[in-house]
Amino acid sequence: MNRSDIASPELGAVEVHGISRASFILRGAVAAGAVYGAGAVGPYVSSALAQSASSDVDILNFALTLEYLETDFYNAKGTAVALSAEAKTLARSFGDEEAEHVAALTKAITAAGGKPVAKPKFAFPVTDQASFLKLAYVLENTGVGAYNGAGPSIMDKQYLAVAGSIVQVEARHAAAIALLVDQPIAPNGAFDKPLTKAQVLAKAGPLIKS
Amino acid sequence: MPEPTTTESDRREVGAVETLARDDVERKKFLRMTGRKIGAGAAGAGLAAFIAACGSSKSSSSSPSAAGASSTPAAGAATTSMAGSSAGTDPSDLSIVNYALTLEYLESQFYAKVAKSGLFDGKTLSVLKSFGAQEAEHVTALHKVASGLGTPATEPVGKFPIHSAAQVTALAGTVENLGAAAYLGQAGNIKSKEILAAALAIHTIEARHAATLNTLLKKSPTPQGPFAKPMSMAQVLAVVKPFIA
Repeated sequence: MNRSDIASPELGAVEVHGISRASFILRGAVAAGAVYGAGAVGPYVSSALAQSASSDVDILNFALTLEYLETDFYNAKGTAVALSAEAKTLARSFGDEEAEHVAALTKAITAAGGKPVAKPKFAFPVTDQASFLKLAYVLENTGVGAYNGAGPSIMDKQYLAVAGSIVQVEARHAAAIALLVDQPIAPNGAFDKPLTKAQVLAKAGPLIKS
Repeated sequence: MPEPTTTESDRREVGAVETLARDDVERKKFLRMTGRKIGAGAAGAGLAAFIAACGSSKSSSSSPSAAGASSTPAAGAATTSMAGSSAGTDPSDLSIVNYALTLEYLESQFYAKVAKSGLFDGKTLSVLKSFGAQEAEHVTALHKVASGLGTPATEPVGKFPIHSAAQVTALAGTVENLGAAAYLGQAGNIKSKEILAAALAIHTIEARHAATLNTLLKKSPTPQGPFAKPMSMAQVLAVVKPFIA
């Protein structure tokens, strides 16, 4: 990826989802600040305006928060409610995979010289298998949208490769759950919809308690 | 999440892909930004040249590809569409889009044959038909994007063995898992942010298809575990070659 492409004024003027790229990146940085504290994104806000560049570490930390959420969901709720053999297998396997995502993202952030976010406390409104699988479906699909939304902003190809490798697995999870609950395998049709940070936070935010 | 209605949501979801394909102003702006030469598409160099290009390109893996001439000019053209770059350089966005387009053409043809085969019914048939419809939408979108960059790949002639439900399901699984790995393999090579966004939007659909077929085959939806593995153009070609007439 060519940094001068990212800094070019023409690229900043390109529309993404109806808002200019520069303000799209800026909004993302500000939204991330709401989750992690303004200090984490302070230095990046002005650079977003100057270069239309968002921080890879911020993006990875956003992904890490979601992966912490999914891991906790599968591990805690997967054992807390009564599940069929099939659902139990899925919960265990997917929980293990999300935990690997947490480990990989933590390692990447540290290697990038960043500070991995602390694991938040979560609360999941799940009481039985039906509500468990329904929320699993929402979370996995939100994860797909989050990674696809952030992907084009990632500057380092290594991190794009990691994100791509992870998002494919999230999409596989989403489809497997869809089959269990008889929901659409591809709820957005032929093209998965990229989500903005605000859209992701609208789904995931209410589950984050600290 | 509820199924979206066709028209409005199709416009919304195609998003970046539509922007590139339809909007003349955006396309010209984007071409100016990437400095891409228009029309610098694949030369009719054939299979051997493609393998040479993949072998020396940074984007390919170290695994060797089978050497040898293409069996027909059409196969040579199809495989050249999948490469499109001159030896020793990273693939251009046009060549990557044409590579994806070629794979989508093959998937679309495969599913069309499967739907007509009479081997499936009920829920399974309806799932396979929906996958075929989605691949056809990928063809349409990628063809438009390629046309905006230069010469789109011509549709290859696919040949797929269709014998039994079990064999076809297994073949579908192979094809979709391959497609997912192919997109993942090229994500880092795409220079345009907008084309990358489109590729990511398609990549995860192939992943959904793959996981579904794996489940139908009573295999894990994530056979590679927590991290999906990319495949290079050369690796994908080796798997796909028998399916191009």
